[in-house]
Amino acid sequence: MAIETHQDRVEPAGTGPPLGGPGGVLRPWWLRPGAHVGVIGAVVGYILGHLLGNFLSSTYAQNALSDSNDVPIVLGYAFGTIGWLAGLGVFNDLGRQVLGKPLLAEVRRGAGEVGLSKYFRYTLDHKVVGIQYLYGMIAYFLTGGLFAMAIRSELLSPSYHLLGPNQYLMVVGEHGTMMMMMMSSVILGPFGQYFGPLLIGSKRVAFPRLEALGFWLTPAAYVILLSAVLFGGFPTGWTGYEPLATQATQGEDAYFFAFGLMGLSMILAGFNMIVTIINYRAPGMRWSRLPMFVWSMFTVSFLQVLAVPVLVGACYMALMDRTFQTAFFANQLGGSSFLYEDLFWFFGHPEVYILALPGFGVVAEVIAVFCRKPLFGYKIAAAGMLGVGILSFFVWQHHLFVSGINPDMRPLFMLTTELISIPTGFIFLVAMGTFWKAKIRFSIPMLFALAFYFNFLIGGISGVFLSDVPADTTEHGSFFVMAHFHYTIMGGLIFAFFAGVYYWLPKMTGIKLNEKLGKLHFWTMFIFFNTTFLPLFALGLMGMPRRVFEYARNLETLNDWVSISAFCLGVSILIFLINFVLSMLFWREPEVGNPWRARSLEWQVSTPPPPENFNRVPVILSGPYDYGVKDALPVADLDPPPGVIAAAYAGAPGGEA
Amino acid sequence: MTTQPGDQPAQPSTSPRHGLRLFLIWLVLALAADLIIWFVWRPHLPPGDMSDAARHQQFDIAVLAISGAPVVIFVLLYFIYSIVVWRARPGDDTDGEPIYGNTKIQATWIIGTTVIVLWLFVFGTVELVVPAGAGAGEGPSPIWKLAGTTSSTWTPNTNTTLQVQVIGQQWTWTYRYPQFGGMESSELMLPVDTPVTFHVTSLDVIHSFWAYQLGVKADANPQVDNVAYVTPKTLGSVTVRCNELCGIWHGAMFNYGHVVSPTAFQTWASGVQAKEQSDGVLAALPPYALTYDPTVVPQLGKNLPKIDQITGAAGYYYPPSDPVTP
Repeated sequence: MAIETHQDRVEPAGTGPPLGGPGGVLRPWWLRPGAHVGVIGAVVGYILGHLLGNFLSSTYAQNALSDSNDVPIVLGYAFGTIGWLAGLGVFNDLGRQVLGKPLLAEVRRGAGEVGLSKYFRYTLDHKVVGIQYLYGMIAYFLTGGLFAMAIRSELLSPSYHLLGPNQYLMVVGEHGTMMMMMMSSVILGPFGQYFGPLLIGSKRVAFPRLEALGFWLTPAAYVILLSAVLFGGFPTGWTGYEPLATQATQGEDAYFFAFGLMGLSMILAGFNMIVTIINYRAPGMRWSRLPMFVWSMFTVSFLQVLAVPVLVGACYMALMDRTFQTAFFANQLGGSSFLYEDLFWFFGHPEVYILALPGFGVVAEVIAVFCRKPLFGYKIAAAGMLGVGILSFFVWQHHLFVSGINPDMRPLFMLTTELISIPTGFIFLVAMGTFWKAKIRFSIPMLFALAFYFNFLIGGISGVFLSDVPADTTEHGSFFVMAHFHYTIMGGLIFAFFAGVYYWLPKMTGIKLNEKLGKLHFWTMFIFFNTTFLPLFALGLMGMPRRVFEYARNLETLNDWVSISAFCLGVSILIFLINFVLSMLFWREPEVGNPWRARSLEWQVSTPPPPENFNRVPVILSGPYDYGVKDALPVADLDPPPGVIAAAYAGAPGGEA
Repeated sequence: MTTQPGDQPAQPSTSPRHGLRLFLIWLVLALAADLIIWFVWRPHLPPGDMSDAARHQQFDIAVLAISGAPVVIFVLLYFIYSIVVWRARPGDDTDGEPIYGNTKIQATWIIGTTVIVLWLFVFGTVELVVPAGAGAGEGPSPIWKLAGTTSSTWTPNTNTTLQVQVIGQQWTWTYRYPQFGGMESSELMLPVDTPVTFHVTSLDVIHSFWAYQLGVKADANPQVDNVAYVTPKTLGSVTVRCNELCGIWHGAMFNYGHVVSPTAFQTWASGVQAKEQSDGVLAALPPYALTYDPTVVPQLGKNLPKIDQITGAAGYYYPPSDPVTP
């Protein structure tokens, strides 16, 4: 059993020579593996892969519509990724073990280190990984947002004027893919990695190497996805439907490779999270005391581990079709384009819950703190998340209602889709029960949480319209769908992400964001989000399909309104960025205590948390939501007397640790 | 909501009956919203009433709206009410009442949402089966069919089903009428009050045939015959758009159709058939089939005169684009 109960226990991995060689002195940062070496590795790897591809496929039949061969591109990406990871030092421990050498004694590398260089290395401390994810995700989100601005600029007029049709599809594809694939980790990455172990009373995660690898795959996926721009983009949007994807030029390789790579990152993050939550809970952290955010991480991790491999497989098959000319998805050659649609959506629907569920978790934490009340219906809340997670595997065909696949099953998929609204309703019941006779404090996280419920309500109800096959016949593939999933993902996930940023950033960095700018950010974002996306429902119902640059002239006024709102929404995000940069770099207003008077475990330790989170493994005494309870026990004993923990595990199998 | 919640929250005896108050406000608002949706909004809801399928979809959207509106209003009202009534007053630093749950309320909520969901499922299934798929693509062998006699020729006012093959390709639509010698048109013409069967297929990538006013939407998959039924009910014009991303000119892949009287349709169709016969177009077109494989179109490469002005596909099917064919 992997529960760590001794404060000074030395890991078997830690017996080798100290980090940095025999002298015990750290080499200077530029001589150690890190992002800068990784870049060199990536470039060298890409060139090697490209040359290998040319060598392997020089006499290969080329795609009739492509101007050059796809094999060198894909092999270049593959070797480039390996070079990047090698430069980061991902394989160093592996190499030492293969050679029979002892590992370097930097077991919890990064935990106690000072300076910025740890953020640019393959650091195994989950708090460092959380910070890396935070900055990474903000960067990816802003990139995707810029593409959205370009889309809305093009849609200012009903005919193409700013971007060519090719560029327009490139921008649409980059925006969609960036948001759907990178943002799958926008909460699980920063807050899940950082606070997951803290919230369950653990000093570390189960698989720190997998966790760090999960993060370092995201910059690779990001760069590869963006590299599609160099090939003129990919024309398939974020769904990559075959056979259009086989017909497309090399940008499509970037799409499939990047999506597959991000899929690997999600799988690794999910594995680590599941094992950590099951095995690394502190004594007394029963399942019934698990914070709701941890429940959401737990559910999402299962979705990632079970659903994402299907995507990785689909991307792999599509790449094989494009490079080595297999025919998984070519109808004329015995393959099936339906197969791709099925595989993609079998991943794709759980994916949207991978995006939505972490939001449920964050807002559940936030409302309990700022209502000063216990979470209403704890079991219902956990059941709601698990229910959504399980049902999400049985609904994927609703994306294919008019496709002609297996049409007799449509009533069944209509039923399963509508059934999801029951567990989703639990999330609302929990919120409403918590608000009952509460003492609501309107802090910025709370405002974002309230907006989350508003947006998700609209997103959820519009989902009911889409689940009904006859109504869906008009709405399918139109701007109505687009509005629907922006309400659930941007209105849900991203609002919850910002709630998390304002709520947890003081804990992560010891610095709080400016409140005035924060309020301005919230109100502009909430108002302009709604003025942007509400009219899109109407546009869809009036007959505007997705991903078009030409639309009926009578829709121009509404489209212009949406575009101008979208620009204002962009300004609102800019306000956040300004606030973030100024607060973090210049104002640096310290916040070291427990500003929200929250009960949960992460707020009980010092700020920023000590290198190993807890000096001793805490003993959990009560649930995290006992607000308003007279004589409530503190949530944990952070300094339990020696022997308590050993006694707690005395009866457990393998618990003699 | 206009009532003041009272400034002394510490006295439970005088605390208002929040539940009853919420229920009454909700009842009024929900009733008003539903009446407005049903009587004011419903006639204007898309996709209109040009065909039986469109009418059913309009009806469905309205029913979903009156089923959903009370839920939305309840949740929104509740949040607004709680924000107003249960906000922490300045200086109040105390915690709320520790309520961990309420079995009755939880059970009511679960049962309530389940009933709504099951109602929506039953309603949706009936509305899918009764109007023969409600205009959605039903795959190659539909089980919910439209009533009407099938025949290899079509004459007006005999309740004979008109077959129309919709062929998508990058980036144009072609309509083929097998009951008129397999003639092709780039313009969709339909007779009113006649059962119509669309056979939707594609020559290259996935498209989606969306005849907006008719309430018809069916994906055009290569080598798949996707069937959709509709009965146009009023005269007028129809916008056809491609609804599935199909490449760079996807946005420009639209054209228009018309619903005309059966006799006018007969005249038009026979006229086009005769013209294409005399121009040699019909002989040059591939034999009528439910699906087309662009790699085996026998006429490829033939010199086809005078076709440009007549047919949408211009008699020219895309060259093979799959990677193995040299």
